[in-house]
Amino acid sequence: MVDLTTLGDDSIAAKGWIKAHKWLILRRLSQLGILALFLVGPVLGVWIVKGNLASSLTLDILPLTDPHVLLQAVLSGVVPETTAIIGVVLVLLFYFVVGGRVYCSWVCPVNMVTDLASWLRRILGIRTTSQISRNSRYWMLALTLILPLVVSGGIIWELINPVSMMFRGIVFGMGATWVVVLAVFLFDLVVAKEGWCGRLCPVGAFYNLIGSRSLLRVNASNRAECNDCMECFVVCPEPQVIRPALKGGSKGISPVILSSDCTNCGRCIDICAKDVFSYGGRSVSETIRSNPEVVKKQEVHI
Amino acid sequence: MKLTRRDFIKSNAVAAAASVAGVTLPAIKTATAADGDDGIRWDKAACRYCGTGCSVLMGVKDGKVVASQGDPDAPVNKGLNCIKGYFLPKILYGQDRVTQPMLRKTNGKYDKNGKFEAVSWEEAFKTMAEKWVAARKAKGAKGVGMFGSGQWTVWEGYAAAKLMKAGFRSNSIDPNARHCMASAVGAFMRAFRIDEPMGCYDDLEHADVFVLWGANMAEMHPILWSRLTDTRLTKPGCEVHVLSTYEHRCFELADNPMVFEPQSDLAIANFIANYIIQNKAYNKDFIGKHVNFNKTTTDIGYGLRPSHPLQKAAKNPNKGKFNKIAFDEYAKLVSEYTVEKASKMSGVSEKKLIKLAKVYADPKKKVSSFWTMGMNQHTRGVWMNGLVYNIHLLMGKISEPGNSPFSLTGQPSACGTAREVGTFTHRLPADLVVKKDAHCKFAEKVWKLPAGTIPRHNGMSDKAAQSDISGKPMGKTLIHAVAMHRALKDRKMNCFWVMCNNNMQAAANFNEESYPGWRDPANFITVTDPYPTVSAQAADLVLPTSMWIEKEGAYGNAERRTQFWRQQVQGPGESRSDLWQLMEFAKYVKVEDVWPEDLIAKQPEYAGKTLYEVLYTNGQVDKFPKQTVTDDRGNEYGNDEMDYFGYYVQKGLFEEYRLFNSAPGIPKKGHEMAEFEVYHKARGLRWPVIDGKETLWRFREGYDPHVEKGSEVQFYGAKDKKANIIFGPYEPAAEMPDKEYDLWLCTGRVLEHWHSGSMTRRVPELYRAVPDAVVFMSKKAAKKRKLRSGSMARIISRRGEIVCRVDTKGRNKVPDGLVFIPWFDAGRLVNKLTLDATDPLSKETDYKKCAVKIVKA
Amino acid sequence: MSDTDKKHEMNRRQFLGNMLKTACGVGLVGMGLGIYSNRASSLPAHYLRPPGALPEEDFLGACIRCGLCVRDCPYDMLFLGEVGDDVATGTPYFVARTGPCEMCEDIPCIAACPTNALDHGLTDIEESRMGLAVVVDQETCIAFHGLRCEVCFNVCPIRGKAITLDLQHNVRSGKHALFIPVVHFDACTGCGLCERACILEEAAIKVFPTDLAKGELGKHYRLGWKEKEKAGGALVTPDVEHKYNLPEGVRYDLQGEGLIIEEKPEETPFSSNPLDSLNSSFMDKK
Repeated sequence: MVDLTTLGDDSIAAKGWIKAHKWLILRRLSQLGILALFLVGPVLGVWIVKGNLASSLTLDILPLTDPHVLLQAVLSGVVPETTAIIGVVLVLLFYFVVGGRVYCSWVCPVNMVTDLASWLRRILGIRTTSQISRNSRYWMLALTLILPLVVSGGIIWELINPVSMMFRGIVFGMGATWVVVLAVFLFDLVVAKEGWCGRLCPVGAFYNLIGSRSLLRVNASNRAECNDCMECFVVCPEPQVIRPALKGGSKGISPVILSSDCTNCGRCIDICAKDVFSYGGRSVSETIRSNPEVVKKQEVHI
Repeated sequence: MKLTRRDFIKSNAVAAAASVAGVTLPAIKTATAADGDDGIRWDKAACRYCGTGCSVLMGVKDGKVVASQGDPDAPVNKGLNCIKGYFLPKILYGQDRVTQPMLRKTNGKYDKNGKFEAVSWEEAFKTMAEKWVAARKAKGAKGVGMFGSGQWTVWEGYAAAKLMKAGFRSNSIDPNARHCMASAVGAFMRAFRIDEPMGCYDDLEHADVFVLWGANMAEMHPILWSRLTDTRLTKPGCEVHVLSTYEHRCFELADNPMVFEPQSDLAIANFIANYIIQNKAYNKDFIGKHVNFNKTTTDIGYGLRPSHPLQKAAKNPNKGKFNKIAFDEYAKLVSEYTVEKASKMSGVSEKKLIKLAKVYADPKKKVSSFWTMGMNQHTRGVWMNGLVYNIHLLMGKISEPGNSPFSLTGQPSACGTAREVGTFTHRLPADLVVKKDAHCKFAEKVWKLPAGTIPRHNGMSDKAAQSDISGKPMGKTLIHAVAMHRALKDRKMNCFWVMCNNNMQAAANFNEESYPGWRDPANFITVTDPYPTVSAQAADLVLPTSMWIEKEGAYGNAERRTQFWRQQVQGPGESRSDLWQLMEFAKYVKVEDVWPEDLIAKQPEYAGKTLYEVLYTNGQVDKFPKQTVTDDRGNEYGNDEMDYFGYYVQKGLFEEYRLFNSAPGIPKKGHEMAEFEVYHKARGLRWPVIDGKETLWRFREGYDPHVEKGSEVQFYGAKDKKANIIFGPYEPAAEMPDKEYDLWLCTGRVLEHWHSGSMTRRVPELYRAVPDAVVFMSKKAAKKRKLRSGSMARIISRRGEIVCRVDTKGRNKVPDGLVFIPWFDAGRLVNKLTLDATDPLSKETDYKKCAVKIVKA
Repeated sequence: MSDTDKKHEMNRRQFLGNMLKTACGVGLVGMGLGIYSNRASSLPAHYLRPPGALPEEDFLGACIRCGLCVRDCPYDMLFLGEVGDDVATGTPYFVARTGPCEMCEDIPCIAACPTNALDHGLTDIEESRMGLAVVVDQETCIAFHGLRCEVCFNVCPIRGKAITLDLQHNVRSGKHALFIPVVHFDACTGCGLCERACILEEAAIKVFPTDLAKGELGKHYRLGWKEKEKAGGALVTPDVEHKYNLPEGVRYDLQGEGLIIEEKPEETPFSSNPLDSLNSSFMDKK
């Protein structure tokens, strides 16, 4: 069992605080920066990006549209405008390259809330969690796509979608949105570990599918250095994705984390005192030091 | 408002029921009606705004006006109001009322370029009196000036005229009515030798045909329009003919809508006279007995500065003389105005013109003509008024129910105050004029002043020059409103007191003629107003006034109806009524300051006295001792002036004024008024009031006691008791559109705001209804300039420019060559554009015609 | 059954059980959402959609809650529904009383919409139907009492068509007219300018979503006179000419006044021509 009170200490000792939090800081900058881009318009009157994550227009020229919400609209019978189609294609291309769930860890504002819940879980030592299958999110996704087909009243998921609500709340006005955000927070804190993002969120599930063949991946190319401290498993929001890449060397499994559940958040990179993890492509050569027999399988293809 | 628990539950229940029904009711006030009205004291008053003269009941509780209603017993409005009248209480309680005198100061001393600081009344009047006395001495009778108001109460106007004419010995007093109905007055005096309409509002029920000549009654006289509309709806055969330079709301009711080219109304009116004569429809008997024919001097210029090219080009600038001619000659003069010519000049189809002429020419149809600013604010306004009288006189359609040429007024007391008590430069009370030595002498007698006190128009009394405190002869003394601004700019006048109006927003040519004179360090400008208006901003001393029902008052409306009200509440802070200010200021000036020794020598008991003592404690004005003002129901009312001065000021002034109407040996009869107390009981009386009886139609036997038995009709204003038909031809406008400035600009009002908007724009609901002035353009004209409804446009004239939003869809539908901008908006001063050309006879500015161009802003 | 089989069986059961549990959970969420959405799919009375908005149900399907229309409104009168509002979360609306649609000719909100939730086919703002104005309270509307207000009529951008004034005789005062505002469905865009401008404490004219505001005549019924006007004449064979038994001096006008008794001059014993009297004899009259 990992000692939660000393979690990350080794990494900080080895790399310094900043390097041990590099990707976390960059992710927060990304999440807040995107919000800021949307906010300078209404707050300062300088319009860089208009709209919100559902659909936006940057500098009056670049359209970006959320494919999940547009798909729901299309399923309820809408023929979108060209700008929306262009916007969706651009978004799809982007996440196809960088990984679908990059949306979850680098863009989605709810991530900050659920990260806070996870952090508090660790601090407070809450270990109880109800067993909700991580596959539930696909059911949820199916639900969001079926509802527009069977129930009149359109994009029903958007009535309660905490992801779009929170972002819209910050950019356009909160109202009672904080109640929904608080619900997600408490759900993650008390009911289920990584309950929302890891188990239920259909938006994440959708991006998960988009990015299943993405080019940018985290790999454990330096897995030979692993000292089995297990801290990466503790901080990873989708810990099931680590094991094959980290521990599958003996079975000839690639060090690249190929599960599309991985959010490319880089927490494992930050926490690891031994620099086992790094970003890379889909095919990566393993660094061989202490485990020469793997050299033969230098080139790993999926 | 207190909600009891039960009410609360009840209103919640209503809301709950509503929410079940899917309707969200925002905070329904179910409990308000029940608990409010106890302890409200109701009393009558005349509406504060236009010349219609609606009566209202104002509800006061705890010293504040808390409620209002139209007076259901008022004959004019029968309990109705327009949207402005609906909000009357709110005009008293704008959040930015001025409550202390404010003087521009730097380091504790008056400084033209200083910032406004609160001062005491004493400091204000001391500073002002010093300036006034100095200017009066240095610059003569025209060195000081007062710009008064058709919104003054009757006694305020009377006290002001007396202060200026008898006290300061200056004819430099003119009311804002100069901008409003001076042309109507000019024409009344020329045609009938006596002022104000012969008919009354009952004409609205008795006419078969209504003709509107440049009056948007639908918006400017809303309640009268309501009556006219009702007659049109209920009387079979009733017709409404509307003439205007653009389509306004009256066109909604028009049977014969006519949009004419600006200034061509002169041709249309002459055409109608011609049509009547050509068809031998004129009333031969009537014109034989009651009418003289005349023609007026032509080519009279445009009332501009003498140096102006247009003025130099005129052959007979400012000449108003008219000469008697025979009927045949008159017929020949108008014969030029054929229907073809009139149609060509005006752009109105021949068919429509003939339809119009026919109703005048039909002896069986009773025709009432109504007009206001379209005809008065006209460089040939006096002529134009006269041309309409010509038509009525030719047919004898005058001075009887339904047959009425009717000049409407825009101000609540343009008639009652500005005209009747003589607040014009050339006038004295009751139609007397300073041009006539005898009239002046009569006034001096009434006022107990030495003969020769009042300055004559030419400074000559008994054929000798009147001496002046300046040491120089008095010289010519008349100076009208527009000339006052010119005199300020030229430093011929150094002190100016603007009271109860907003002339910096009203007077034409803001940039060139108004503002420079006001802000010239040589000049000292005082503005008395309840609110910080554009005029107040441009002044040096701002005096806060108690307005309307914060004082006892009286107004006279357009149908000669005089209406009184009692003081209902007190003005805020240190505000004092205009009357108090005029009389109190007179205490700061001694006779020796403004009268030459030889004049004082004529009445040595006045030596060393203040103007206040000479003018107001003369045994007449202070005749009625202090009393409690009550109504029949035993309610008591305040009277701040009576409390302060120690006698019933309003009654004293009114009774002294009445001497001009009814004292033995009065030079002009026909203005009789009832006694003071009667008016506090009546819902207004229409003068002449003789033996307690009102006069509805003047000059007609049976209706008017001044008309001798057996004579049927007598225009007794004139010695020969005849009216004058005066021919005046078409002459072009002062400034017409050309290649560069390619549009006519017409200015005016809207229903929701009154005049400069200083009151109505402080009512949030009215402000919301019509927030800013817009420029009404035709779609085509807008498109040509790459504009559309809602876009911002720059309107540029030779004198200035303003920016406002374009409206191509709104209430006024203008022709392609004309734009209309209302003037209520202090945020965009349309008088930066307007030209200060006036009717050379009435000196009234033509706010309806100048040339502008428009580009995208 | 072998142990491994049992184990498989157990796993299979567990798997199926889990799956069922998840499906039930998600299904419940779906049902809840369905009911919630049903409640949220009718637009409440005070909320109006921007111009060109599809019928509410379609709109909710088409609007992706991006707020681009809100951002492109030059008058800043559009808002997105917040959680707790009575309008579907994230969907654009305006409230006529506080911020009506100013009816821009270029309709920037529609241009901004990426999904046609605001119908890009709408190019003439005057054809938009955001709602319908209704004079909801004739008892407080001061025009019905004869006061000269007409602010709603004056601010109406579809001048003279969407709101007209019905002129009527004021029976109470006897000599004034009433200027009654009447809203016409075929021209009213529901922009709400009238509701904002209404000078009463609580507006007497309000704009409601059309389904709340509009009545509907029975499908079978036509207004005869309107049909006749539309057709330019009678729909059936025109009436024959009627003849009546009438005493002298009386006419009957079928389509107009009805019975008309012609005025006879009041009788006197004299002829109207004085010569008749002058030339008559002094014989006793019959």
